[in-house]
Formats: sequence, C-alpha cells, structure tokens
Amino acid sequence: MSLEAKQLTFGYRGKNRKRVLESVDLTVAHGERLGLAGPSGRGKTTLCKLLSGFEAPDGGTVLVDGKPLRDYRGICPVQMIWQHPETAVDPLMKLGDTLREGGPVEEELLEALHIQPAWLERYPAELSGGELQRFCIARALRPGVQYLLCDEITAMLDLITQAQIWTFLLEQVERRDLGLVIVSHNAPLLERLCTRIQDLDK
Amino acid sequence: MEPILQVKDLSISFTQYGRGTRQVLLPVIQDLSLTIRPGQVVAVVGSSGSGKSLLAHGILGILPYNSHMAGEITFLGQPLTPKRAEAVRGTEIVLVPQGVTYLDPLMKVGPQIRKGRRDQKARQASRTALKRYGLGEEVESLYPFELSGGMARRVLIATAAAETPKLVIADEPTPGLDARSAQRVLGHFRELADGGAGVLLITHDLELALTIADRVAVFYAGETVEEADAADFTAGKLRHPYTRALWNALPQNGFVPIPGAQPGPGEVGKGCPFAPRCPKQRPECLSPVSYRELEGGLVRCLYPEGEMV
Ligand code: SF4
Repeated sequence: MSLEAKQLTFGYRGKNRKRVLESVDLTVAHGERLGLAGPSGRGKTTLCKLLSGFEAPDGGTVLVDGKPLRDYRGICPVQMIWQHPETAVDPLMKLGDTLREGGPVEEELLEALHIQPAWLERYPAELSGGELQRFCIARALRPGVQYLLCDEITAMLDLITQAQIWTFLLEQVERRDLGLVIVSHNAPLLERLCTRIQDLDK
Repeated sequence: MEPILQVKDLSISFTQYGRGTRQVLLPVIQDLSLTIRPGQVVAVVGSSGSGKSLLAHGILGILPYNSHMAGEITFLGQPLTPKRAEAVRGTEIVLVPQGVTYLDPLMKVGPQIRKGRRDQKARQASRTALKRYGLGEEVESLYPFELSGGMARRVLIATAAAETPKLVIADEPTPGLDARSAQRVLGHFRELADGGAGVLLITHDLELALTIADRVAVFYAGETVEEADAADFTAGKLRHPYTRALWNALPQNGFVPIPGAQPGPGEVGKGCPFAPRCPKQRPECLSPVSYRELEGGLVRCLYPEGEMV
C-alpha cells in the first residue's frame, strides 16, 4: 500500500514551455516520511500538485494504494498543505464554511491545533500566517486522508511554532499511519523528520 | 563613527474602534531602541505578527493613517521627520520589501529598476546593478512572472542598490528560497554594508540572520527582549528565556517546542510579555520589566539565562 508516481512528466503551458518534471518516479508507503530535497526550480511543488491531483500530468500516472488517483471520487486521499496558507483558502469565505465544505472535522483536532472556535467566524485575512497554517493543517487531516504532502509549510514560521506544528503532525501521522512527503529547503529539518530523503536532482 | 540610524524608545500603536464610538489604542511596538552604524548589519528577529514589519514602515514614514508613533528616529544625526523621510525614501533610505508582489507585474524588469527613467545614464546604471547581482542583460526584458524566486529577490535588491543608499531596510528577504539562494541574497546585503551602508534586516529566521548580522535584536510581542552581538548567539551565549526557547526549538538542537503562542497586540499585560510561557516566571515578572545592560548586550528579563539568582 503506497502512493506511487510512475514516470511523471509535466510542463506548464506558456510561451517558453519547459519541462518541469521529466519521468519522475517516487514511492511513499504508509508510515513512511519521505523528504524531497534539491534547489528551487526543480519541480518539487509541481510534483506535489500532481500527486494531490491539483494538476494532471502530461505523461505518467499517480497510483494511490494501487488505484489511479483520477479514479477517486469525493475527498482526495492525498492532501496537500501549502507554503502560503493565504493562497490555499478562499479569501471571501468564512473559515468555518471553508472547513465544512470538506466534510466533518473532529473537535479534538481543532483543539489540539489551538484553533479557537471564534476563528471559524472570521475571514482568512483576519488571522496571522501561523494561525491560518494551523487551520489548513486541520483541514488537510480530515477523515479519509491517507497521504499528506507538506510543501515548505513552516518556512514562514518562527522556530517555536515550527517545532509545535511538526511535533503535532508527526504524532498524527503515526497514529493514523499516514504516508508523508515533506518538501523543505531546511536540511536539518528534513534530517530530523524524514525516514528517507530523495534528491530530485538525481 | 556617527550612527546612520538611531531609534530611541519607539512606540507604534493603532486606533481601533471598539463597541459604539469607543476608541481603543492597540500598542504594536513598545519602547524599541536600536542603533545602526556604517558597515553594520543589524537584524531584528521576530515571528510574524510580532509587529516587526511596522518598524520598517515607521522608519520610512509610511504607516497607515490610524497609527500613532512616539519616540525619536535620527538619521545621519538629524531627526527623521515625516517630511524628511519622504525626501530620502527611495534614495538614501531604501526598502527591499517582503513580497515579490511589490514588483509591478505588468512592467518589465529594466524599466522597473530605472523607475521609468529612459536616459542613457539610467540604462547604464540598471545594467551595472543587474550585473552586480549576477543577472544578465536579458533579464531587463522579462516580466516578473518569468523570474524564479531567487531572481526576483535579486531584482528587488538591484532596484534598491541602484540608488547607492545609506540605509537599506530588508523586510523578510529570504522565505521560500533554498539555502544557496538565501545565502546569496543575504550575501548581497553584507556587501552593501561592507560598502559603508547600514543594513536593517528584519526576519523571522534567527539562523539565517546569524550568518550575516553583526548585531541581533530579538523581538517578542512588540518589545525587544534581547540585543547582543551575533557572535554571542552563535556561541550559545543567550540572555533571554525566549531566545533560549527559540534555540532549543531548532531542528538540529532539541526541536523542543514550548507551549502557547505569542500574544497579539492588546493581549499583553503590564509585565513581561513572555511570562505566560516562561519556565522561570515568578510573581514579580508581572510588573513592568526594564531593558537593562548585561555583559555587552541588553536584556528585558529579571532572571536572565546564565545569571545566578
Ligand atoms: S522577566 Fe520573568 S517571566 Fe519574563 S522572561 Fe524573565 S524570568 Fe521569564
């Protein structure tokens, strides 16, 4: 049982159309924590978008526990958490509505992430970056999630908040036996968190 | 040497309307003092929401209309009045802004650096500036969306440096850059300082700040809680319990978080703002705590690290 990318190829449309990913293979099993390293511009974010169905590959397939990702209906079993949480939510929607859109959320989870009930009545711009990111994590950890992709999710946060978020996430990942993909420029962070590191360069 | 910038007891607050017509004053920055000398990089390190970006806006005189500023700012020995700030903004004092969104998305890079000027001199200056930051002439004819994150940052620095400023204010210049690009961007600020400018680096990243700063001020809930030579930090000589907590939270150290969150504006009591999260808290910490000298640095704590009680 794993999340598999097979020979993924992708290029953004545009005038200087360039291949961002060329025949990339990747596997993450349940309970595994895979770190993606390598300099900017090597398509790490793009790879996460393909793995979570935000973009469709030009070539290759994404398999979730043996079944093509595009055959899944409803809530995607692969959830992505983005570097800039403000770009990941609808600015015109109250946070509570955004949350309910994806089905029920455990009260416990909100509590553990220190998400105050009052926030749910607010709009994204009324929260700080760290608060909004915690909200996005709660949203990603909905029932049914099997794999979690974290794209530089703590790059904007101070060290203490960063350690708080990862301590919480690791515990969740272990308890639910999720597979985790972590993109980060922070080498010590990857070393601390991951069971395996793959360099997209190679 | 005469300081380039001196900030003394700076406080910034906002007027907010409470229920009905009641006005409340929300303090965001309190009693901040800071000195930058020629050739120095001074880093202000704080988490998002600590009010640190407002420091840049206060110096530049671009605070929003519902804000109030108290305290003194001196630039090259003269008070930096709003009028003077406007006159030197963009030339003697430049801001390298946080987001690449500051680049006009509809304007090519060349004209942006030249700020619309078209003469030969301006063209020459923009080429030189680009070249200095490792960007070729071809970048001039690109639109911002065609730049990578690292290139965009370098364009922002080139735009600022094209004016030969005395004071460079960099607001969170590295997020999202890989270690190499971030190091390179910071290296450029170091060069500007080595060339005689003063650099104020505002960042949430203590580790990165330590790689280029001469002096570091740690900011928590609108107050500076510690200021010292960068060398003290790298040697692990920390004064304030908050700085210690930051240190212990580094992935390569303990990766241990302390609980709780930084209080927002209006949530801070009279005493030490770190008290609710501080393992060393005592009743007397709930009264105002003064900023005092300690072994070549400054600390706002009654029971600082390393000092026996
Ligand atoms: S003043 Fe007291 S509560 Fe504040 S940091 Fe120092 S010991 Fe902790």
